[in-house]
Amino acid sequence: METASGGSGAWFDRSRTVAGPGFSRWMVPPAALCVHLCIGQAYAFSVFNLPMTKLIGIHQSAPGDWKLTQLGWIFSLAIFFLGVSSAVFGRWVEEGGPRKAMFTAACCWAGGFLISAFGVSIHNLWLIYLGYGVIGGIALGIGYISPVSTLIKWFPDRPGMATGMAIMGFGGGAFIAAPLSVWLMRKFTTASHIGVMETFVVLGIVYFIFMIVGSIIVRVPPAGWMPEGYVPPRQNKLISKNDVYVYDALKTPQFWLIWWVLCLNVTAGIGVLGQASAMSQEMFPGVITPVAAAGFVGLMSLFNMGGRFCWATVSDYIGRKNTYFVFMVLGFVLYCTVPHAGAIGSVALFVVCFLIIISMYGGGFSTVPAYLRDMFGTRYVGAIHGLLLTAWSAAGIFGPVIVNYLRQYNLAHGVPKAQAYNNTMYIMAGLLVIGFICNLLVKAVHEKYHMKPEADEPALDVAGEAAARA
Amino acid sequence: MSNNQNGTTALHLVLAWGFVGIPLVLGVLQTLINAMKLFQ
Repeated sequence: METASGGSGAWFDRSRTVAGPGFSRWMVPPAALCVHLCIGQAYAFSVFNLPMTKLIGIHQSAPGDWKLTQLGWIFSLAIFFLGVSSAVFGRWVEEGGPRKAMFTAACCWAGGFLISAFGVSIHNLWLIYLGYGVIGGIALGIGYISPVSTLIKWFPDRPGMATGMAIMGFGGGAFIAAPLSVWLMRKFTTASHIGVMETFVVLGIVYFIFMIVGSIIVRVPPAGWMPEGYVPPRQNKLISKNDVYVYDALKTPQFWLIWWVLCLNVTAGIGVLGQASAMSQEMFPGVITPVAAAGFVGLMSLFNMGGRFCWATVSDYIGRKNTYFVFMVLGFVLYCTVPHAGAIGSVALFVVCFLIIISMYGGGFSTVPAYLRDMFGTRYVGAIHGLLLTAWSAAGIFGPVIVNYLRQYNLAHGVPKAQAYNNTMYIMAGLLVIGFICNLLVKAVHEKYHMKPEADEPALDVAGEAAARA
Repeated sequence: MSNNQNGTTALHLVLAWGFVGIPLVLGVLQTLINAMKLFQ
């Protein structure tokens, strides 16, 4: 747990986080999980929606109470600002180091909850938009990318597994947040008051402590550090030994091809993730009950989280490009199989198809940082990853829109409910064909984009200097 | 897999992994229990 001595900057400066002799790299994944498990709460924000529609009426919505449509904007704003902040602050996160980024994310995340709590207490929705939506969204973006490049540098032998562990935490954060939030609200709710405000305050404090612990234990490796016995792979054109500057990466076709690969993979998954409950009940009326559908959604969440770790780990062995080929080909087959499962009334086949699809949705998120490392090197991978997350924001619009509007269109044209999703499934399969082609076109980055030694930015060299002083 | 362990002890690792692992496992178990309703 030693830091390099001689660091002259503030406690959270990059130079103060260089690992000393004897530091185990296995301390870094829990540090990353401290942040990702907290910001993963965003997926569980919906548990507050219904209680927040009854803050005045208590037992039922009263005039002046917020509507669900108004509350839906809170989550949408947060996800929008996740994409924006990860793109805008990516370079700052990369150069400032993980501790500064995690500390900033902790302040924004806790601050967002506290501002929202104040908004609830005076019943001002704009304060919640500002607190959770804007400031919390910025925390999501900075927190999401903060440990990525650090993990990749600590685990050059298994970058997929390392980032998969952290990004798995983002998927798993909701598992902790949902029951915790419900329990806290129950504790603070009385006959004349719903305990949303107090729950926000407690969550803000707990998450702040958790994230600060992560920022305390995180370390960056000294310059040139390699795991014992690690031999870098030779002669692999798709694993670059050169770095690409963050804004030069935007000029490469590889960045935009991977952007589309991620966007299409996420579009396909996110569209069905949000509609899984309704879809399962409408495709199997009378067979899948609302309670069973809720269980199905829970199972999908588990596969979403597990897929993040498993597929990213698999990518270390079969390669990033091949992993995305598996997502596209297997996804195509599974999406085409779903209508058949509905036609023959096979719930088991339907469930298996969707569980694998959703595992690949999660796997798409967790494998992409290592894919970017392979293409653009480790130096600015966190910042480049931040820019790529705009694909997530775009997919967050495309996916639900395709599923919802196609369903409405089909129903309006007399298609039975049980078959209303068939066209959607075929369109999703078609999107994956485009994704397959984009992935196929990904080649090694041209050497004209590689950073020259003299062009290296001094900001990142403090790590090496501090290590040398240690 | 690990580098020199002199600075980081096994206790550090257990505490760090327990700090994040215990809440995560509890949350996963809770979700798994709810998910079992699919098969009832």
